[in-house]
Amino acid sequence: MLEIDQVVTYYGPIQALKGVSLEVRQGEIVCLLGGNASGKSTTMKAILGMVRPHSGTVTFEGQRLNGLSTGEIVRRGISLVPEARRVFGRMTVWENLQMGAHTRRHAPGTELAQDLERIYELFPRLREREQQYAGTLSGGEQQMLAIGRALMARPRLLLMDEPSMGLSPALVDQVFDIIQAINRQGTTILVVEQNATVSLSIAHRGYVLQNGNIVLHDTAAALLQSDDIRQAYLGEG
Amino acid sequence: MNAERLRRVGKAALLLAALAAPIVAPNEYVVSVLARVCLYAMLALGLNIVVGFAGLLDIGYVAFFGIGSYVYAFLASTHFGIHLPTLLILPVIIGVAAIAGIVIGGPTLRLRGDYLAIVTLGFGEITYLLLLNLDRPIDITGGPNGIISIDPPSLLGLVASRNVHYYYLFLAVLLLVLLIAVRLRDSQIGWAWQAIREDELAAEAMGVNTTVAKLQAFVIGASFAGVAGGLLASWQRSVFPDNFLLQESINILAMVILGGMGNVLGVILGAGIIVVLPEAFRELALYRLLAFGLLLMVLMIFRPQGLWPARSAGRGRKYLDGAASAGTPAPGPSTPTR
Amino acid sequence: MDLLAMLPQQLLFGIALGTVYGLVALGYSMVYGVLMMINFAHGEVFMIGAYIGWGVLALLQNAHVGGLNPVWVLPLLLLPAMLLCGGLGMFLERVAYRPLYRRGATRLAPLISAVGASIFLQNAVMLTQGARMKVYMTHLLFPADWRFELLGVSVSYLIVVMIAVASAMMWGLHLLVQHTSLGRCIRAVAEDREIAQVMGVNVGLVVGMTFFLGSALAGAAGVLVGLYYTQIDFLMGYSAGLKAFTAAVLGGIGNIRGAMLGGLLLGLIESLSVTFINPAFKDVIAFLVLIGMLVFRPEGLLGERLADWRKV
Repeated sequence: MLEIDQVVTYYGPIQALKGVSLEVRQGEIVCLLGGNASGKSTTMKAILGMVRPHSGTVTFEGQRLNGLSTGEIVRRGISLVPEARRVFGRMTVWENLQMGAHTRRHAPGTELAQDLERIYELFPRLREREQQYAGTLSGGEQQMLAIGRALMARPRLLLMDEPSMGLSPALVDQVFDIIQAINRQGTTILVVEQNATVSLSIAHRGYVLQNGNIVLHDTAAALLQSDDIRQAYLGEG
Repeated sequence: MNAERLRRVGKAALLLAALAAPIVAPNEYVVSVLARVCLYAMLALGLNIVVGFAGLLDIGYVAFFGIGSYVYAFLASTHFGIHLPTLLILPVIIGVAAIAGIVIGGPTLRLRGDYLAIVTLGFGEITYLLLLNLDRPIDITGGPNGIISIDPPSLLGLVASRNVHYYYLFLAVLLLVLLIAVRLRDSQIGWAWQAIREDELAAEAMGVNTTVAKLQAFVIGASFAGVAGGLLASWQRSVFPDNFLLQESINILAMVILGGMGNVLGVILGAGIIVVLPEAFRELALYRLLAFGLLLMVLMIFRPQGLWPARSAGRGRKYLDGAASAGTPAPGPSTPTR
Repeated sequence: MDLLAMLPQQLLFGIALGTVYGLVALGYSMVYGVLMMINFAHGEVFMIGAYIGWGVLALLQNAHVGGLNPVWVLPLLLLPAMLLCGGLGMFLERVAYRPLYRRGATRLAPLISAVGASIFLQNAVMLTQGARMKVYMTHLLFPADWRFELLGVSVSYLIVVMIAVASAMMWGLHLLVQHTSLGRCIRAVAEDREIAQVMGVNVGLVVGMTFFLGSALAGAAGVLVGLYYTQIDFLMGYSAGLKAFTAAVLGGIGNIRGAMLGGLLLGLIESLSVTFINPAFKDVIAFLVLIGMLVFRPEGLLGERLADWRKV
């Protein structure tokens, strides 16, 4: 479904991605592991066209995404749950969800209303707080909102940048349950994480990114058993 | 080695040409234009310290020029009946201009760059309005009529009376100002300014006291302008509020930007161009400002470093890069510097 | 002289002036909100609006259109001024500011470019329209004796219309920003440009539209000021712009309601200082308020709403 082939990007004079290749297949949850500054967020930005690859290609459902605007890429069915949630704090919950559907603003109103209803069913808390400013929500609620906002774009591929960041362990479990639920409803998911245990437990396959290079990839189960992963991410060894 | 020698020879030739100019062209008009170039070059050098070295946009710089002029006029004219010798007035001017710089800079320099620009604009406007209106109820500034019959400058019994005298006087002061500017640029404080200009956060992280450094730039720039103002008053033998309109600030700013922010010789070149060009094309004077405006925009888009960019542009950079590798955290998901 | 007797009249003038300042201030505020930049040329857009209104009015008068009725003439003055100024604002953003952001020039560059644009526009108007002031034929629309008595104050209909038009426009803008898709996008870009882009918002277009809206309001304000003061010249944008910026800062730059409040306050301060202090010092006082505000409460009375939201 999504193929990234030998993507190289620069951040000023610094090479951020040094030829990253990965693949996400229809219906999968793929996990991209990596520490700080390993190039995880840059990979996300490259997929969404916010960072122009210096070389290499990004292909989605057989079509090249290189050079398309972010808006066009979102329209084609990819949306992002950003790192640290980054909901629009000065807008209401409802407005945030409308922003998520921005690329579909010309769609029939009933269709949007249905989608909104689906999100509210998934996250009943959001319905309760519909007219509240997003900045006043708790961290967990903001994460729900960020996910809901991304779903309003009706993505076929959902990118998630560190969904566990800054959440309590109980909330992390809850969020990953939701991710799994979304996946079962037919949305393919690429999740970028530092928290390897939780993310690998729900993922089908995983990649490990280090200093802008993919150093490892395998099924999630195999990665969970891998010594390298244990040392680097599970604090063992 | 060779290039360095060439540069030296070039500078010496430039100086000789400046010294010989009135002898080669003993024409009152030409000499008066040259004197104006010197005067404005002083102003431009002063503003260059603020804008070029420290990266603070001051759009009300002419206020200090005006303050210097009026201080001279107060202390050496029939207006108050005070006639102090020039050498005594200059330190007073420097003091007053510096105090004005502290008064306006002290509370405002920690503001964001664009706010600072507005504050200086407002300050320039306030100064102009005060000069214009402080003739009632007590006559301080002479109002719109200004102050006339100002004493010419005198030094050790010599009294300037012809344009040639003023030219050499201004040239001497300009050289002094130039020397000070170069010394400052190469000093500790000069490095601090350039660090601030490149990246204020990083400069602060490296231990530069940015507020003090910025204030120093502001005060030194202000005193340069004050001195130039005093010289203007002594030359015109009269001062009027309209000598100190916003337009003048813009002119000086254009000199700095055109010549190349931060490069002292470039700035002097800028002053030369902006003073001489309208003289050369008098019939085009109407279009001058139009062209200025356009030039500023075009220059910012295609050549933001000016016609003759500072050779030392990399200096502040290197300074910072060293610090960055010493472990200053990059602030947030920032865009690449520059 | 009975100063207190003049007070109600002066307050009325202050409110009228204040609504116009507010209208211009909105442009500064909105642009600052989305770009974190002060559009120095905004005052010039206001000035050009006044000239456009003057031109249309002169055309109508030359065409000997009998019975110039403000009901249809006023929109005829305001609309072209708003559209053309809006377009001018967008154009400025495109040619003078956007290339600088793209190239990542120094932080001084956009400011200097804006100063350049401001000088250019002033002189373009001076060269094409002459340096002498133009006179609005306001009396054709609003005869001087069109006034009524309210609580002992003689009120001209012109001032009522001016306050009403300015207030209606501010209200309209408020509705647009709060309740339309474009308004949501403007707020989204102001709050988090990158995430707005992730939502698929065309950020460049939204910035352009922000310039359009702000500039259109400034154009309308130019027409209103022309009608009210009847004399305009190519330098009028400079001090008006500075004062409108003061108003924006006063209320909290980036904050739409703040701009309106700041405008009103500044208008009142100005008219009161004319009455009680000295007309010659009204601008000095306005600028002192600006400096004082920036020094002691740079976030303004209502805070910086659109911009400066710290991420949680």
